[in-house]
Amino acid sequence: MATGNPHVRLGVDIGGTFTDVVLETGSEQFSTKVLTTYGAPEDAIIDGLKQVCAKASIEPSEIGQIIHGTTLATNALIERRGARTALITTEGFRDVIEMRTESRFEQYDLDLTLPEPLLARHQRFTVTERISARGEVLIELDPKEVESLVGRIKEAGYESVAVGLIHSYLNNKHENLIRDAINAKLPDVMVSLSSEVSPQMREYERFNTVVANAYIKPLMKSYLGRLQGELKKQQVDCPIFLMHSGGGIISLESAAEFPVRLVESGPAGGAVFAANIASRYGLDKVLSFDMGGTTAKICLIKNQTPKTSRVFEVARTYRFKKGSGMPISIPVIDMVEIGAGGGSLASVDAMRQIRVGPHSAGSEPGPACYGRGGDKPAVTDADLVLGKLDPDNFAGGSISLHADESAKALEAVLGEPLGMDAQTAAYGLVEVVDENMANAARVHAVENGEDLAEYTMIAFGGAAPLHASRLCEKLGVERLLVPPGAGVGSAIGFLRAPFSFEANRSHYMKLSDFDADVVSQLLSELSDEATAFVRSCDADAPIASEFKAYMRYSGQGWEIPVSLTSEQALNPDVQTYQALFEADYAALFGRVVDGMDIEITVWAVNATTPSQVEEPIALADVNGVAQSDVRRRVFDAAVGENVDAAVVLRDEFETGKLLKGPAIVTEDETTIIVPQSREAMRQSDGCIDITVQG
Amino acid sequence: MSSKTSNVAKQVMWNRLISVVEEQAQALVRTAFSTSVREAGDLSAGVYDTQGRMLAQAVTGTPGHVNAMADAVPHFIRRLGVDNIFEGDVYITNDPWEGTGHLHDITVVTPSFHDAELVGFFACTAHIVDIGGRGFGADANSVYEEGLYIPIMKLTERGRIDTTLINIIRGNVREPDQLIGDVYALSTCNEIGHRRLIDMMQEFNLDSLQEIAEFILDNSRRATLERINALPAKTANGEMRIDGFSRPIDLKVHLTFEKDRILCDFAGTSGLDKKGINVPLVYTKAYACYALKCAIAPEIPNNAASLAPFEITAPVNSIVNAVHPAPVALRHVIGHMIPDTVYDALDKMLPNTVPAEGAGCLCNFQVSLRPRTDDVETDEDKAARDAAVRSEVLTFNSGGSGARPSQDGMNATAFPSGVMTMPIEATEHVGPVIIWRKELRPDSGGAGQYRGGLGQYMEVGAVEGHEFDFQAMFDRVDHPARGRQGGADGAPTEIRQDDMTPMKGKGKQFVPHGRRVVLSFPGGAGYGAASDRDPELVRRDLAHGYISAQACMRDYGFSQAEVDKVLNAVKRGENYS
Repeated sequence: MATGNPHVRLGVDIGGTFTDVVLETGSEQFSTKVLTTYGAPEDAIIDGLKQVCAKASIEPSEIGQIIHGTTLATNALIERRGARTALITTEGFRDVIEMRTESRFEQYDLDLTLPEPLLARHQRFTVTERISARGEVLIELDPKEVESLVGRIKEAGYESVAVGLIHSYLNNKHENLIRDAINAKLPDVMVSLSSEVSPQMREYERFNTVVANAYIKPLMKSYLGRLQGELKKQQVDCPIFLMHSGGGIISLESAAEFPVRLVESGPAGGAVFAANIASRYGLDKVLSFDMGGTTAKICLIKNQTPKTSRVFEVARTYRFKKGSGMPISIPVIDMVEIGAGGGSLASVDAMRQIRVGPHSAGSEPGPACYGRGGDKPAVTDADLVLGKLDPDNFAGGSISLHADESAKALEAVLGEPLGMDAQTAAYGLVEVVDENMANAARVHAVENGEDLAEYTMIAFGGAAPLHASRLCEKLGVERLLVPPGAGVGSAIGFLRAPFSFEANRSHYMKLSDFDADVVSQLLSELSDEATAFVRSCDADAPIASEFKAYMRYSGQGWEIPVSLTSEQALNPDVQTYQALFEADYAALFGRVVDGMDIEITVWAVNATTPSQVEEPIALADVNGVAQSDVRRRVFDAAVGENVDAAVVLRDEFETGKLLKGPAIVTEDETTIIVPQSREAMRQSDGCIDITVQG
Repeated sequence: MSSKTSNVAKQVMWNRLISVVEEQAQALVRTAFSTSVREAGDLSAGVYDTQGRMLAQAVTGTPGHVNAMADAVPHFIRRLGVDNIFEGDVYITNDPWEGTGHLHDITVVTPSFHDAELVGFFACTAHIVDIGGRGFGADANSVYEEGLYIPIMKLTERGRIDTTLINIIRGNVREPDQLIGDVYALSTCNEIGHRRLIDMMQEFNLDSLQEIAEFILDNSRRATLERINALPAKTANGEMRIDGFSRPIDLKVHLTFEKDRILCDFAGTSGLDKKGINVPLVYTKAYACYALKCAIAPEIPNNAASLAPFEITAPVNSIVNAVHPAPVALRHVIGHMIPDTVYDALDKMLPNTVPAEGAGCLCNFQVSLRPRTDDVETDEDKAARDAAVRSEVLTFNSGGSGARPSQDGMNATAFPSGVMTMPIEATEHVGPVIIWRKELRPDSGGAGQYRGGLGQYMEVGAVEGHEFDFQAMFDRVDHPARGRQGGADGAPTEIRQDDMTPMKGKGKQFVPHGRRVVLSFPGGAGYGAASDRDPELVRRDLAHGYISAQACMRDYGFSQAEVDKVLNAVKRGENYS
């Protein structure tokens, strides 16, 4: 029986550099950052757990629930540190994961290196069998052939097996038979089936997803087991849940079975964090902007729900370029990630234009201003030279910054070839990186048919508050919120996430052949499947199902997700489906196409416990002007020159006080820049609310 | 603002324009109907100044449209007349010579107005699956048989769409709804580009693009000329023989590096073919220029100034400068071979830069399925025939690319084309076709210090009750990719039926009920002598099955014992990555 106080909850996010731990005791919040311990990641968790318990003056045994997210699954894929894994696939299709889309993701590079498939060719086995595009068996599976294949798996000592057969998302009979055969002979070998991990059409994505799942399964299973053991040693015997890439939480057992769903769980937590702030402020259109050391992530949050997608790419090998990674088709929060962070390095290209990223200075040697031998200018160097950072109070004073080193690097790498002084070079560098991020946000908005002018930005992550206001200027966004705890946003997000699980399935249907019985049966099956997963986490909570049909004009290649009410899902009628699709299509692309048949390709049901609805906060009234004795010169990019800025400590910034830009709000974890075009006010929940000056 | 500061702003605007055309291209991919656009990415999008000079082109898309797009907008301005351009207009053409090389590419141009003044143009091009006529294939004897021709004209004038034109298009093509859907997609994507441009002009308070245009073109020109002027003044010839349709074709090129320009002339190349594999010059220019840019100035974006120093010429009515009314539908088959021809010359001028020859043209085919027409006896067969349907299925596939001076060629990867294949599960949903096999073809990459990329096997049949015509669009049956610096040739294309009935590399061919087409797509050639190959790489190739035991012993001199050692290690699960 689980112990602990259900109101005492711990959020843990294992990131690439830091493990963030947040403890909430119902009334108060305590957080810490400890360095990630790669060899045994659970050590950092225990360390952080002890720290926050000490801060809160509670015993670890009082913790009633742990929500955990981790980059370990992602890193294992990037660094190729998975198990000895084999793939079993249909005869004739051994090379699907290696042939990819048969295209080059960079057209002008004659020396392009394609990413290696996760499993080399000799780790991919074939079996004679075939299912048709209508789900019928064209060639039966031969048990003798399977038996001999299992013998080869045994001889080669594989620990984990992925099974991916053509059209198995329509008929999983053969995949199940293969699993039974392996289980019977090799009970210790873990088996992952593509029809369970990702039952969607398109063999490259599905096979790659099941291979990724199989590849990291032994590692994640063992890690999660050890974590449970270590926590027990600390008298922590509460339920542990895992954040998944779709923005919800699942049981530890489900996570161990489908570890590929943990990929990108950290950024998903960040989006949930922003969505939670959005609900507190009653905002229906939010752009979340998360900028750390190496990348920036941008996500659209409508009606307090992050936008989701069915496929994304992990482990990009070539400048974060689309197509250079491996596709994973699982429910995921849809965000764009680009190589733009505080450590991103700048250079000059053949056209004498400044380029920034995706290479990063990392933590060693770090940007030039760290004074550890870095001689290339990073974004942080430019921020320092422009006066946005205080050299003596960076990271709470733990690292002192050397502006002269920054200036030297800026002059050598950018100033020299372009005939610019250090400050102009810094201005150019920051404008380029801000423009890159703004362009990524713009393209993402266009792809989703959204106009960013109606959005509010919520910024978190160490580097975001330095750049967020400039992004708002560029995007025409009028309001920006910088929440407290921005440095551990993902871990806080974990504590706000609902229990949820999305089940989906490919099933083609044209509206001209619409079969209401099939639709309602399919959607209720998916709803039952998804609900069962959520029920295993929480025996009592009400569970709601969200229904989606992915639709397009027959002949198009891209579906748009159309949301259905449960009435529309379970008592379907074709006119409603057509009307819903046409309304969404027109909103995205301006007009409908008359006379074309419409088809549905994928059906999805997300079962979820209710989101934690925040009490909307009462917005503070302006009750005076924030006082500041300290002033600093800071470069304002929109103005094009240095301006005189008031400096205010965030801790001393009182609710309701108004701070007109140009101004700087400083805290241990980050610095908020308020440009001349904006003014800031502190709200009662600690958010800094930055708007266009009236 | 100081001049330095405004240079920063101009750079921001340049980045923005590249992002604008990328948005334009993405909108096209998402709304298009033809598989060639939405799955394969056979499209292009760009923005132009009022003189029709291309300022930026989307990275999404394929090289075949590079120069064609740059040249297209001036044709529109000239044909329509500057006084005849109004706000709310949209223009269209599929002229192979003033558009992008065949009737199957539709180009749409939209003038962009800001405060009632013309400030520039947006253009986009997409390859559509059907334009009427004989259908997509090599069998026509003139362009008149290849489908509907749309001269440069207005699709929309001052916001009013030309319904007569729409009706004519609808009445002349096999899939009218889809084609009209694609035409709408093309004009929608220009509209999206236009809106973003106006946002930018408002943000930066611009009333024309003139200043930013000069900045982009000056910087691009200077960067391109720096690269060209760093080359040794030299000249060289290149040539390549390929299958052609009715007889083999010789492609010949004479390449010259001069101050401020590169001359690339195709004198000596074979004359026209009777069938539709001829190439309008605009498409030849695109692939010649693409090949040179990859080797000499890969990171300089495409625009009027960065393309201008590459001067591509060819004699009229050679196969690479076909004029009206030559049939040109499959101009890509020859066009995709142009880079390897150019590289034959370039390798003599810039050693250790360019790859060995590869598969070259895409290995595309179209399958036209219908209910079987032979005699059927059993009730089961009759039922299958009665349930059968008519359907057209087009697929895109690639052979291997040539080995590079310091790495192997890429397996089953398109070069020079920029398109993608389709998932076979998606293809099998389009029509009653069954793809029985699609996997790498061992031993097809030419041996060498660096091995050529592997081609692939495919096996294509139909669902019970159907027969089909198979439209082949292949080359390199008789002329495989040639090795460089002592590397071996790649394997040739092979095509037959599963009962060994031979088939041809090009043209429409009947496949009776129950038969399958068995295809072996060509491999890339090797680079350098096989004896210089790192034995570790040979062992890896053997372990992965990229090469057979026989080839390992024959080409790389391994002993039986060495081969057995590797194969036994594989059985024990040892890794060779």
